[in-house]
Amino acid sequence: MAEITLVEAITQALAYEMQVDKDIVVLGEDVAINGGVFRATVGLLEKFGADRVLDTPLAESMIAGMAIGMAAQGLKPVAEFQFMGFTYPALDQIINHAARLRNRTRGRLTCPVVFRAPYGAGIHSPEHHSDSTEAIYAHIPGLRVIIPSSPLRAYGLLLAAMRDPDPVIFLEPSRLYRLFKQAVPDDGQALPLDRCFILQEGDDVTLVSWGAMLMETLAVARTLKQTGIRAEVIDVATIKPLDIDTILASVEKTGCCVIIHEAPRTCGVGAEIAAQLAEKGLMFLQAPVQRVTGYDVTVPYFRLEKSYLPTEARILNAVHHVMEFV
Amino acid sequence: MTIVANFTIEYTQFLDSQGQPTQIFPTFATNPQNLITLYQKMVLLRMFDAKAIALQRTGKLGTYASILGQEAVSIAVGNAMHKEDVLCPFYREYGAQLERGVKMSEILTYWGGDERGNQYANGSEDFPICVPISTQMLHAAGIATAFKMRRQPRVAVATCGDGATSEGDFYEAINVAGAWHLPVVFVINNNQWAISTPRHAQSSASTLAQKAIAGGIAGEQVDGNDIIAMRDAMDRALAKARAGGGPTLIEALTYRLGDHTMVDDASRYRSQTELQQAWQAEPILRLRQYLMQQHAWSQADETQLLDDCAQQVEAAVQVYLNITPQPIEALFDYHYATLPQNLVDQRIEAIAMEKLTGEQSHG
Repeated sequence: MAEITLVEAITQALAYEMQVDKDIVVLGEDVAINGGVFRATVGLLEKFGADRVLDTPLAESMIAGMAIGMAAQGLKPVAEFQFMGFTYPALDQIINHAARLRNRTRGRLTCPVVFRAPYGAGIHSPEHHSDSTEAIYAHIPGLRVIIPSSPLRAYGLLLAAMRDPDPVIFLEPSRLYRLFKQAVPDDGQALPLDRCFILQEGDDVTLVSWGAMLMETLAVARTLKQTGIRAEVIDVATIKPLDIDTILASVEKTGCCVIIHEAPRTCGVGAEIAAQLAEKGLMFLQAPVQRVTGYDVTVPYFRLEKSYLPTEARILNAVHHVMEFV
Repeated sequence: MTIVANFTIEYTQFLDSQGQPTQIFPTFATNPQNLITLYQKMVLLRMFDAKAIALQRTGKLGTYASILGQEAVSIAVGNAMHKEDVLCPFYREYGAQLERGVKMSEILTYWGGDERGNQYANGSEDFPICVPISTQMLHAAGIATAFKMRRQPRVAVATCGDGATSEGDFYEAINVAGAWHLPVVFVINNNQWAISTPRHAQSSASTLAQKAIAGGIAGEQVDGNDIIAMRDAMDRALAKARAGGGPTLIEALTYRLGDHTMVDDASRYRSQTELQQAWQAEPILRLRQYLMQQHAWSQADETQLLDDCAQQVEAAVQVYLNITPQPIEALFDYHYATLPQNLVDQRIEAIAMEKLTGEQSHG
C-alpha cells in the first residue's frame, strides 16, 4: 500500500465519507477548484461536483454561520478555515450558535458540523498563520476539539468527527501535513473521539502531548531510552472531551508527568490536565507536574519561532527535573 | 466620467396612516375578510405583548423585548410564509412566530428563562429567536443553500432590526445570498431605534434597503405599519425566491413604541413628541379605521375580539405558569447527543449536591 502524508489522509477521509454519506458537504475559501490552500480538498470537486464542494466568498463568520444553517437542515458540512488565526471572526457563530444549538432547542435542532483548520507554528508562515489556540475552543461547552498527529489518526479521527452528531473543531498541525508518510488503509474505520493514544509504553515518566509537539516528545523518549529511562508517551488527540483516565493510569504507573504543548502556558490545555492530575492523581504523583509549552507571548514571526516552540532540550530538562523526585 | 451603474429603491404603501388607500390594493386585500383576519392577529399579538409586560412587571417573567408598534411587519412575515419554509427570527418577532405555529406559552417560557420555550411542540424546523445581532441572517443563508442543493421549492426568511444592518454578518449574508442566488428573504424591522441609537446615527445610507445593492440583490422599502404593503412585499419576495429568482431584502419602516426591553427606559433618549407622532402612524389603528370605513368591522366586533383575545392570552399564561420545573440534570442532557464522561461525572455530582443541600432547582 502506498504511504500517504497527513494532509493526504485528510483528503482520503473526506473522499471516503462523501462517497458513503451524501449529506457531507465541503465548504470554505478556495476549497473547490484550488483544492484548498494546503490541498486538503484536492480532487473533491471533480469527484463530487460543485453542489457538494463549495467555494465561498471570503468571510469566515459567514462560512460558520452558513454551515450552522445547513446542518440544521440535516446536511453535514465540513467547513475549512485557511488558518486557525482566521477562525476568530467565526467565534461568534461557533460559540453563540454551533456549540449551543442542541442545548438551546432542547435537542430539536442540532449542529453536526466539522470546522477544520490548520494550526501551529514551525513552517515559516507569515504573521497570524501560526496560532495554537485550541484552549479557546476546549473551554466552550458543546464543542469537541480534536487534534491528530499522524496520517493514520488524521484519517480515523476525521471520519469520526464527520460521523459525530455534534460540532467538532478539527485542528490539523500544519507542520505535520507533509512531514512523514504512513500506510493508511482506506477502510472507513473511525477512531474513538474520547480516547488518548499511548504511542509508546514506559514505566518511568509520562509524557503527554498532542499535535506537532509529539515529534519532539517522541524524540526525547528515544533519547531517554538510550539512558535506560522508559517514557510513556501519550497523544491526547481528543483535547475535548479529555480522556483523563488514560493519563491517570499512566501516572499511577510512572509517578511523574511532563506535559508538552506549543500553545502559551497560561490557561493552556496543559493547565487543565495538571489540575485534573492534582485532583485525581495526587496520591500517585512523586514529583510536581511540569509543563513545557510555548511562552506566554504572541507567537513570533518565523525567525524566532524555533525559540518559541518547546525544544527537545527543554523537554529533556523538565524530564530530568521531575525524575529527581522519583 | 461615465455612469457605469444606476440604482433605485422603491417604496410601497397601500394604506396611509389615516386608513386611506393610496393605490389599488393587491388581490388578497380586496377581500375584507382577509384583512379582518390579519387585523385579528395583530390585536391578539398586541394583547399578548401587553400581558408579557405585565407578567414581567409582577415578577413572573424575565426581561422581555416588546413588539409594540411592529405588529404589521411581524404578522405579515409569518402569514406570507409557507409551512415548509424556515424562519430565522430576531428577538422581537413574535407575530411571525405565532403565525408559524409557535405557541404563546412557548414564547413566555423562553422569556421566563426556560430553554424548553425553543423546543416548539409542532416539529418546526424554524430557528429560535436570535439574540446575537444579525448572526441569524447567515443561518438563513445556510438553510437556503440546503434548499437549493436539494432542489426544494422552499424559502428561508431571516428578520433583523435596523441596528443589525451595521453588523458584518448582515453584509456577509447579503453578499453570499447574491453570489449564490439563494432562495432567501431578509426583512429589516427598521423601528428607528437600536436601544438608544437612532436610525440616522446608525448609518448615513438614505435607506437601509439600498444595502442590498452592494450585494447585488433586490432591495425595497415598505411602509411596515401598513400590513397590506408588508404582506404584498413578502408575497412577491417569497414567490420570486421559490421560483429560483433569488434573494430579496425588504426594509420595513416601522416604529418601536415601547422600550427596547423591560430593563430599558426610552424616555432617557427620545422625546415624547416623537413618540406621540409615532402613535399616529401605528399599524392597528389605521387598519381598523379602514375596515370601519368599509363597514367591514364594528364596535361590537371589536368588543368581541378583545374578549376572545384576552381568553386566549390568559389560557397561554396559565400553561406557562403551570409548566413543570426542569430537573437539575436538564443542565447537562442536551449538550451532546452522547454525554462525555466529564459531564456524566458532573451530572452525578450536581444531583448528589442538590440532594445533600436540599436545594431544588427552580425550573
